[in-house]
Amino acid sequence: MKRSLPLRAPAIAVVAAAALAVAACSSGSSSSPSSGASATTGASSGASSSSSAALTASAPGITPTTITIGSHQPLTGPAAPGYSEIAPASAAYFAYVNAHGGVYGRDIDYKYLDDAYNPTQTATVVRQLVLQDNVYAIFDGLGTPTHLAVESFLNAQKVPDVFVASGCDCWDQPTTDPETFGWQLDYIREGKILGQYVAKHFAGKKIGYFYQDDEFGMDGVKGLDDEIPKSDVVSRQSYVPTNVNVAPAVAALRAAGAQVVISFSIPAFTALLKLTSLKLGFSPQLVVSNVGSDPITLSGLLESFAKQGGATVNGNALTNGIITDGYAPSVGDTSNSWTAFFKKVHDQYDAKAPFDGNVLYGMAVAYTFVQAMLKAGRNPTRADLVSAINSGLAQGPVVAPYAYSSTDHDGVTGAYIGVINNGVLTQQGSVLTTDTSPTGAIATYTGTEPQAPASGIPSP
Amino acid sequence: MTTQSTPRVLAAALATAVVIALLSIRLNAFRDYQIAEIAIEVTAVAGLTILTGLSGQISLGNGAFMAIGAYTTALLLLHLNWPFIVVLVVAAAITAVAGAVVGVAAARLHGPYLAGATLLLGVALPSLAYAYPGVFGADQGLNVNFTTPAFLGVNFPLTRWEAWVCSAVALVTLVLLANLGRSRVGRSWRAVRDDEVAAALAGVNVARARVLAFVVSAACAGMAGALLAIVTGLVAPEAFSITLSIALLTAAVIGGLGTLPGAVWGSLVIVLVPTYATDVATSHGLSTSVASNIPIAAYGAVLILVMLLFPQGIQGAVRWLLGLFGISSARTWRTAALPDARPEKEGTQ
Repeated sequence: MKRSLPLRAPAIAVVAAAALAVAACSSGSSSSPSSGASATTGASSGASSSSSAALTASAPGITPTTITIGSHQPLTGPAAPGYSEIAPASAAYFAYVNAHGGVYGRDIDYKYLDDAYNPTQTATVVRQLVLQDNVYAIFDGLGTPTHLAVESFLNAQKVPDVFVASGCDCWDQPTTDPETFGWQLDYIREGKILGQYVAKHFAGKKIGYFYQDDEFGMDGVKGLDDEIPKSDVVSRQSYVPTNVNVAPAVAALRAAGAQVVISFSIPAFTALLKLTSLKLGFSPQLVVSNVGSDPITLSGLLESFAKQGGATVNGNALTNGIITDGYAPSVGDTSNSWTAFFKKVHDQYDAKAPFDGNVLYGMAVAYTFVQAMLKAGRNPTRADLVSAINSGLAQGPVVAPYAYSSTDHDGVTGAYIGVINNGVLTQQGSVLTTDTSPTGAIATYTGTEPQAPASGIPSP
Repeated sequence: MTTQSTPRVLAAALATAVVIALLSIRLNAFRDYQIAEIAIEVTAVAGLTILTGLSGQISLGNGAFMAIGAYTTALLLLHLNWPFIVVLVVAAAITAVAGAVVGVAAARLHGPYLAGATLLLGVALPSLAYAYPGVFGADQGLNVNFTTPAFLGVNFPLTRWEAWVCSAVALVTLVLLANLGRSRVGRSWRAVRDDEVAAALAGVNVARARVLAFVVSAACAGMAGALLAIVTGLVAPEAFSITLSIALLTAAVIGGLGTLPGAVWGSLVIVLVPTYATDVATSHGLSTSVASNIPIAAYGAVLILVMLLFPQGIQGAVRWLLGLFGISSARTWRTAALPDARPEKEGTQ
């Protein structure tokens, strides 16, 4: 009896055909890395800048007319709301720079791909950017678990990995990962600055922690514990971002009698904490990390969550009085020269997005990149960019100096304490700077904050 | 026939291996990486298509089996630094044990209840990484260091080596599954799928057949997880979300459920369509909010089109095309459209 015979040669033939299909795909898009890029935009104003050496294709991703850089961003998926505004805002600033002479006459071509906050997809898109699109550098890759998936690959390939969009202290490893640089205030420094404020202004009060159960929350708690006496902390509650039921954690904070709750949370969970507290008749003083306290994002989330639960709340009223910290100028502070300048760029190039903290972040980090590129020289290699940052960057749109040196790859070193009032963050007191060590002092920053250059372009 | 077919399968597999080796040398490094990705997907989808198409059990939890394989690999490489081939075997074995445990429970469930139970596995298991941060590294995950062997020289591209390793595992898996599907075990799976009572009356141990299908499927997923760990270099829970399990099932269905060539077609679609759609979307200057959703839309459109035009998947379409040219497809694996579908006719007699 012969039965139907399942797979055999046909199955294998298909594999061969499949492999050929891959080959066919590649022929279309994998040609010379620079030829396509140079055709896209013509940098006409290059000649007007200094007329020293001719512009050359000095590194992968650099042609006489363009600099191609890449990034991985959560443009779709659960992390997209809010964070998906960052890369378009950076692109808006680059468009401004391109329209005003570019970087030594070269246009910046910013190619950011969606990784949906999934490390497997990050690994794929970053390899596409580096191995196929031959980008000069990876800029502002967003997220801790996502970026960790490509950090060693980028360092092995010697691709500059600049200004990671995450406050993890793990980007500061100059000996093992010399290509990688952080940018935003790291969570340990932030925890110390918030902790010192609470220890000073709420001395003797019962303190509770609410934090995300990962390196973000734990680094924050590490910083808090450096400053707040252990005996004052009456309850430590963590949450995982996949479980939206924070009621048990809030009930435990309430039962412990916490009068001040310090929250290292993402915006959605800051909103859940606030609404759940409201429901339980629990009204501690809230102190929230920068990541989870953008007033515009938070107010919108509060209103939409309450609506889902069949209630109507005033988001701005609920955020009133929240204490937080900021390392970039507040979007509400229109008198600040940086805010005013970025608002102008936003209105011209990115007007569809709300002008919120994410947009300001994207522009500020893009400004820092242009600053580093100008410092790297007219015809930079990849190593030139790394050594430019290693030799330190002048303070720009952020409120405190950068830590950059050949032995320190952290970015911003300080922040101010602020209070949210009517949806606007108002600075309280001076800018404070510190380091990541448990004993490192927290000092008042005495330097003057630079004004935004009139041209909007950093000086090299 | 049967005596003749095994050498033929082996010969075809060898020929494919040569083709892939040549391609990997000719193509750029990113295409090599995609070959590795496709091979990983093929390994996992082949196991799932056997489970669902042949034994008639659905699984929405194979992403969790991949997580088990990946974490096993990461832990073994990190702490014991065993050779990868040993790690691969151990990862497959441990995942097979997990598959047996799930299979014992699954053997008592049918249809939506089985889907629900495996969905639970797919959702819950990766969260264990958060529960034991000391072992599994919570959301930061575990780093996996994988390098080219010394005998290939220092300048041998890592992505090419990864493509070779993954393709070799995928091909061996396909050959083994092809033989298994033809064997007594495969026949008992089809018998159980088509009519449990009749199969039991004919002397097939129904429960054992069903559990065994889960074991085989899990072992494939475990190997795929092990490969994913070395290729991406990081094992983190975000990589094993429920969307991964659903993507595996989607690939099996798009390709043609129950057919191994279908597993290859489905994997090609899953891996290549999003990359291609992204390239098209970004090169046409669309706004970010539109461009970033194009790959998802393309994926959905492909799924709908294939299901409308070729309910038996791409392999069904291939067979139809072959039929147009008068090439008999009778010798290929008989179609199993959906777990509960009855076969239209028996194979050639």
